Amino acid sequence: MAVETRSDAYVAFEHVQKSYDGVTLVVKDLNLNIAKGEFLTMLGPSGSGKTTCLMMLAGFETATHGEIRLDGAPINSVPPHKRGIGMVFQNYALFPHMTVGENLAFPLEVRGLGKSEREAKIKRALDMVQMGAFANRRPAQLSGGQQQRIALARALVFDPALVLMDEPLGALDKQLREHMQFEIKHLHESLGITVVYVTHDQGEALTMSDRVAVFNDGRIQQLAPPADLYERPENSFVAQFIGENNKLPGTIEELSGDKALVRLATGELIDATPVNIKEKGQKTLVSIRPERVEFKPEMMPAGAHTLDAEVVEVIYMGDILRAVLKVAGTEDFVMKMRNTLGQTRLVPGQKIKVGWHPQDARALDP
Amino acid sequence: MAEDATTLLKTADGRPLKAALATAQARSRRRAFLLVLPLLAFVLLTFLIPIGYMLKRSFEHDGFSANAPALVQWFAENPGFDPANPPEAAFAALVQDLAKMQADKTTGMVGTRINYTVPGTISLFKSGARAAKDLAPPYKEALLAEDAKWGQPALWRGMYDASSTYTGDFYQVAVDRKLTDDGWARGGDKERIYVYLFVKTFLVSALITVICLLLAFPVSHLLATLPMAKSSLLMILVLLPFWTSLLVRTTAWIALLQEQGVVNNMLVALGLVSDGNRLSMMYNMTGTIVAMTHVLLPFMILPLYSVMRVIPPSYARAARSLGATSWTTFRRVYLPQTLPGIAAGSLLVFILAVGYYITPALVGGADGQLISNLVSFHMTKSNWSLAAALAALLLVAILVLYWVYDRLVGIDRLKFG
Amino acid sequence: MKKILILSTALTGLASAAHADLTVMSWGGAYGEAQTEAFVKPFMATTGIKTIMVDSDNPATPVKAMVESGNVTVDVANIEYADAIRLCDEGVLEPIDIATLPAGADGTPAADDFLPGAVTECAVSTDIWSNVFAYDTTKFAEGPTKVADFFDLEKFPGKRGLKKGAKAVLELALMGDGVPASEVYAVLSTPEGVDRAFAKLDTIKKDVVWWEAGSQAPQLLADGEVAMTTAYNGRIFAAAMNEGKPFQIVWDGQIYENEMFVVPKGAPNKEDAMKFIAFSTSTEGLRASAQQISYGPARKSSMATEIIFKDGKTVMAPHLPTAPENMTNALETSSEFWVDHDAELNERFQAWLSQ
Repeated sequence: MAVETRSDAYVAFEHVQKSYDGVTLVVKDLNLNIAKGEFLTMLGPSGSGKTTCLMMLAGFETATHGEIRLDGAPINSVPPHKRGIGMVFQNYALFPHMTVGENLAFPLEVRGLGKSEREAKIKRALDMVQMGAFANRRPAQLSGGQQQRIALARALVFDPALVLMDEPLGALDKQLREHMQFEIKHLHESLGITVVYVTHDQGEALTMSDRVAVFNDGRIQQLAPPADLYERPENSFVAQFIGENNKLPGTIEELSGDKALVRLATGELIDATPVNIKEKGQKTLVSIRPERVEFKPEMMPAGAHTLDAEVVEVIYMGDILRAVLKVAGTEDFVMKMRNTLGQTRLVPGQKIKVGWHPQDARALDP
Repeated sequence: MAEDATTLLKTADGRPLKAALATAQARSRRRAFLLVLPLLAFVLLTFLIPIGYMLKRSFEHDGFSANAPALVQWFAENPGFDPANPPEAAFAALVQDLAKMQADKTTGMVGTRINYTVPGTISLFKSGARAAKDLAPPYKEALLAEDAKWGQPALWRGMYDASSTYTGDFYQVAVDRKLTDDGWARGGDKERIYVYLFVKTFLVSALITVICLLLAFPVSHLLATLPMAKSSLLMILVLLPFWTSLLVRTTAWIALLQEQGVVNNMLVALGLVSDGNRLSMMYNMTGTIVAMTHVLLPFMILPLYSVMRVIPPSYARAARSLGATSWTTFRRVYLPQTLPGIAAGSLLVFILAVGYYITPALVGGADGQLISNLVSFHMTKSNWSLAAALAALLLVAILVLYWVYDRLVGIDRLKFG
Repeated sequence: MKKILILSTALTGLASAAHADLTVMSWGGAYGEAQTEAFVKPFMATTGIKTIMVDSDNPATPVKAMVESGNVTVDVANIEYADAIRLCDEGVLEPIDIATLPAGADGTPAADDFLPGAVTECAVSTDIWSNVFAYDTTKFAEGPTKVADFFDLEKFPGKRGLKKGAKAVLELALMGDGVPASEVYAVLSTPEGVDRAFAKLDTIKKDVVWWEAGSQAPQLLADGEVAMTTAYNGRIFAAAMNEGKPFQIVWDGQIYENEMFVVPKGAPNKEDAMKFIAFSTSTEGLRASAQQISYGPARKSSMATEIIFKDGKTVMAPHLPTAPENMTNALETSSEFWVDHDAELNERFQAWLSQ
């Protein structure tokens, strides 16, 4: 699914820059190719530039520099209503003075479709989101989840090939949100449309996307499928932003191929996999996922370095147990254990040794 | 079944749940009522009572009925008399009353009341009252000899109408009808004014409302979309007229628009207008419309702004993304959502314009006068009843308009800010 | 509403009357000052009765309210002629016996010395003021001299200023149309006469600038907004004397009326009030008033010798409405006519205006 070449990109950002005030850039030299049919998520904290990118693609913001292409043609100077892009807004933006049916008819009417054709398309779109019975309601009479479905149906009713979604699930409660994630994913697959999705919720990004572009400070920090992003973050921002993460600062002691020996700030040595470090003596931040931390000697690979740890507290979270440990000078080192029948129950104050597979400890930029 | 269940529910101490709830709510209702009580009393004292008093005055005048007891009694006994030829008994009663008026010094009041419907009678009553004590029967001949005007059928009709304290006479006058020898009839072409002025007032107010709307809409939109710092500055400019006295503003318009004023001087200096053909923009309808539009503009901007401010920009973006041009977006998405503001602003401006008095009085000149100027005229000429009748008609017209508006748009959709 | 009005009037009256033996209510401004100089100061000096002057926008209104509420704090009031007649009819005023007024300086009894109509059942004239028309002498090489000239747009082009109201305007129109002053009210009493007056006004309607407040008239003239305007003669005199404006009054067709002193019924110091009126409206009193402002005295004896303006050099006689040379074609306002026809003709006037 992933594409990196210009020729088969459906949407392409080339050296795109954006500045609002002429002093600072909110988007810095963005290069991004999106394949036809792909579900791409722009993920990042607020102010990272992800929404600006989406608005430039939709035509509501103009790029200060660079080119945006849609299906091979530059669209920088094409007004939004001629781009033919469907869009779902954060607050749904359903027209409050129109019924659901009229909301859906709107894009069809401005395209000059006949009445019978309109009705067929509206019915199909409403059925698609299981809202067939609500055509005569007003948006204010619908629940948040229902409004969300209508907004989705309206963005799809005129059969756009590209649909943009700007944090569409942000206002829903957790359960509904998870349910809608699957529905959107399902619609994407069955309709074969290209989706560019903006969110700051990493869980959402990981669940739904073919690829995720992690934004920070106006740049894409990493563009990768969800599994790579989680398991193989390429820099410490991504490691930190995606999922829970333990970080241990240190210095590269030895570097050989895909193995590195890191001396922590407190003096201990640990094994790690070098990611974006280049030479011996360099400062580094070693990232370890909490669920990859082991404390039972039999679970650790032979010869792995271990660290002394003291249990600070154990939090019961149902499916997992979350232990906060004092390790190598840090007091917020987290370890997650599955809540299985035979799981060892740790108690605060207990002294243990922790370790991990060197592959799971990634030496990143400090 | 469910109903039964709730009626059976009781609180812990055994009282029915509904009764307990009612007690609890009654307390909070009482408190709420006490909070609005000062306002209620204020509105009652300063608004409802004066309006009620005004409506009463439009029907009531006892200038004649209280001071001519004999004639009032005679009219009550002979309601079907012939005004063209009243009998001796009527004249006898009249002479008796005239003598009483002279003694009580009430001829002024009586004459004033009759003069409202039969012009030219104050002096008639005065001279009649002076002569009354010397008149001898037969009174009819004696009084007619004194002044033939006493035989006018219109005068007898007028006195008959006035013999009741409560009368619709003032409403007859207020719709341009005149009391003639044959009863109430439409006034002459050169005398009719009130209906014409009512219609004119409504048309001018409608025009001012439309101009205000056209001017206010873009400004309000700008106010609603500009960043806070800039929109605050603009808002100050919008509100500036509120900070200066109405008279100052109106005088400023006079200085600008009069024939020797700034605008005309500039046009002459630029050679656009010759010195002999200076434009007449003041002391006429143009002056009234310009000055009133300026004065009333903030009343259109504020409700529009308050509505536009809460319309998220995402609606317009959504419409654009759905394929609508900017014009379609405005017409089908933005405009309908500003309707409550348009309606509120228009209603506000229109109602204020209909009752506007000071600006047309100062800059209206001959043809820029509105109905309120005549209400004021009759107030100062102390024909309060006619002023009240005119004001009441204005009130009714506005209430009708309000009702029509409610049927068409819905009062609940109004949004004043 | 009415009660509050009465209450507030009574309170202000009380406050000011508390330390005076006699309270006189007049119109304030330059007119009030003239009366203080001419009447109040000499009266106090002569009699020792402590007298104060209070102002009102129109003294007739508070006088009526005071009498009706039974709390009269004003002893003498200066009101318009028509109001004096009306309030007298309504029993609000004390009657004044003309026999109690002093004879003229030359010995003529008051009844003969006063001009006709200057003393009524309840009121005595303090001065005679006039509606005249005036023009800017710099605008015309040869100015208008006759009332007909006011309506002659060909010979005297330019806008005209007129008071917005029927009173004095309809009379002016008829006189401009050639009706002699003596016949004006007879003509105006007929429907044809009213039509004739409006027809005459039609000829200048599009060139008229209407004014309402007395101060507007000299202002319109000074601004060049009008070539000539009707005005109260005192205002034009003041503008010419005090501000040096090149204004000229045309006395032909002037419409004059009396301003009256009255005593409200139930005045607390009725005796002194009568003394004050007798003193003020004596030959010398009226003469003193005319030295202050160009409104004429209502006694023949007051004009027996030359009246000099307070500047010490201007001879007042030619500036007074009552000067014989100004009275050649003069009309006295008929208060009786206007009491009867005010509402009717003003409505007609408004209708005509907006047509």
